[in-house]
Amino acid sequence: MAVIERQPAEPYWVERIPAPVWAVGFLLLIMPAVANDFVLFQVFGWTFILGMIALSLMFLAGYGGMVSLIQMSVAALAGYMVAIFGPSGVEALSLFLPWYVYIPVAVVIATIGGALVGALAVRTEGIYTIMITLAIASAFFYFTRQNYGIFNGYTGFNLVVPPQLFGVDWRQPVPFYYLTLGMAALSWLVVVYVSRSPFGLALQGVRDNPRRMAALGFNVTAHRIAAYAFASVIAAFGGILLVWQNAQISPGTAGIPAVIDILVIAVVGGLKRPIGPFIGALIYVLLRSFAPDALSAFGLSTERFKLLIGLGFLLIVFFSPDGVLGLWERWRARRASKADPLRGGSR
Amino acid sequence: MSMAEGLGQVGSGAALELRGVTKMFGALAAIADVTMTVRPGERRAVLGSNGAGKTTLFNCVTGDFLPTSGSIRLFGEDVTAFPAHERIRRGLRRTYQISLLFGGLSVADNVYLACRGVSRGRFSLLRPRRGDALQAQADELIEAVRLTAARDTMVSDLSYGQQRQLEIALALAGAPRFILFDEPAAGLSPTERAELIKILTGLPEHIGYIIIEHDMDVALRVAESVTMMHNGRVFKEGTPAEIEDDAEVQELYLGGGHG
Ligand SMILES: Nc1ncnc2c1ncn2[C@@H]1O[C@H](COP(=O)(O)OP(=O)(O)O)[C@@H](O)[C@H]1O
Ligand SMILES: [Mg+2]
Repeated sequence: MAVIERQPAEPYWVERIPAPVWAVGFLLLIMPAVANDFVLFQVFGWTFILGMIALSLMFLAGYGGMVSLIQMSVAALAGYMVAIFGPSGVEALSLFLPWYVYIPVAVVIATIGGALVGALAVRTEGIYTIMITLAIASAFFYFTRQNYGIFNGYTGFNLVVPPQLFGVDWRQPVPFYYLTLGMAALSWLVVVYVSRSPFGLALQGVRDNPRRMAALGFNVTAHRIAAYAFASVIAAFGGILLVWQNAQISPGTAGIPAVIDILVIAVVGGLKRPIGPFIGALIYVLLRSFAPDALSAFGLSTERFKLLIGLGFLLIVFFSPDGVLGLWERWRARRASKADPLRGGSR
Repeated sequence: MSMAEGLGQVGSGAALELRGVTKMFGALAAIADVTMTVRPGERRAVLGSNGAGKTTLFNCVTGDFLPTSGSIRLFGEDVTAFPAHERIRRGLRRTYQISLLFGGLSVADNVYLACRGVSRGRFSLLRPRRGDALQAQADELIEAVRLTAARDTMVSDLSYGQQRQLEIALALAGAPRFILFDEPAAGLSPTERAELIKILTGLPEHIGYIIIEHDMDVALRVAESVTMMHNGRVFKEGTPAEIEDDAEVQELYLGGGHG
């Protein structure tokens, strides 16, 4: 028994997390010590929420090759379910059930909704997937606006606040910051982990080569629908946090501009890696929060910030189809080749 | 249809049974009224010039295309209307004439996917643990096609010959009962060819296959029966010796520019 060959120890997964991730994680953890309430609640809270919803799109588009515009609607559906099954200011419609009922119910309903849309969309490809999901998203918007019996029409629901769990008011800036940070980090970790699971690998196989996947025994259609369901869970949690942050939800939450914004965020950040959507969300939120002030300082109308976002989107898509992350990666690759004395030095 | 064929319809115990299979592309019959029976464990070569319909025949059997008419039975079960993955799960496998691999994944991931596709847990969200049975199976297959050194190489970085070998590995995953090889030897060097012949002849006896192969010498070494196709139709069937000596076949082969 003395000469058993020993496998070199695989590094524990925690050890494989690269240093920059630790650094960013540490910075985010101590953020409340340095940032004010506006930055914590409005800038970072919103970034994490939009990042989660855009992450659900990144999962479908990046790993599954399916550009779905339904993710914001799925999030809003979950938000509506929280307002309907939980507490809100619309006492005639809300059911005031406890949080441990309305949160799972909201997630399950939103997931079923997302999977149903997926079932309709997966037989289409490319631009047609975008069109069919956009059509369903706008149908959802008009439905919520016209339906007063369940969705309370144009007004929607106000006073939708998180439960006072553990005696904490989770809508206070610091608790809300940590709540959204925790949920965003968890979603990110889950997507990173699942991307290398059999389900995630097979999804990437379906993206690259559906015909071969079928010839390996995979049910391509079922796999795609399952991907919609998985992405819907993430979008649903994002939607619940969103309704809590705004303390209200109305048809505009899932209006076409909001639907398109999620696509812009995901594309600007980059669809190749799960961190991309969060980078895109941070850029978007920073622009929306500070561009109006900057514009009025230059004597321009504050309404022009949308133009700025649009221009930024164009520039990014033009110069880097894989988003800010792609720019960053190319910059690093160029720097690395410059530092390489064999290849970069002679230039 | 002869009487013997008619009787053979019930419980014939064939691995593969095609009856009157036709596939139209517009007005072109890529294959026309193909009837063919292959016993379990039988190894057959399909010969025929370019455009004879050999690949289309494979596509109809695996469900990549649905035939325009006719029926296909796999181990006695009518699979004519089955989607491809259902046929694969019943023990059918194939390789593609033009490699159809996952270029963005490593060799190991490609073979792992193939093993996963014909096992349970296709939807598992949990990463495989070290020593996972399927991963061990994948490593064995990689070894069998001599790709161990390239195990972690991205498939897009493999040489042509290596990609052909990987095609074979994907077709051997799980417990295959019947395999369709679409010109696996095309473009291989003589050494790689010898390697391929070794792999084919070394397969367990219960595994039958059809191999599309232009090179008579290779076909004769790996097959016990031969089907000649011409213009989408079955032209001749027989033992390799019968086919080689057949005057019509010789004429066709010489006339068709082969030889
Ligand atoms: N997907 C397709 N669409 C249209 N025609 C096709 C298709 N696949 C094959 N064909 C045609 O069917 C005929 C048989 O092709 P194929 O089965 O590939 O022949 P082989 O494999 O024997 O060379 C050819 O004339 C080819 O052009
Ligand atoms: Mg062919």
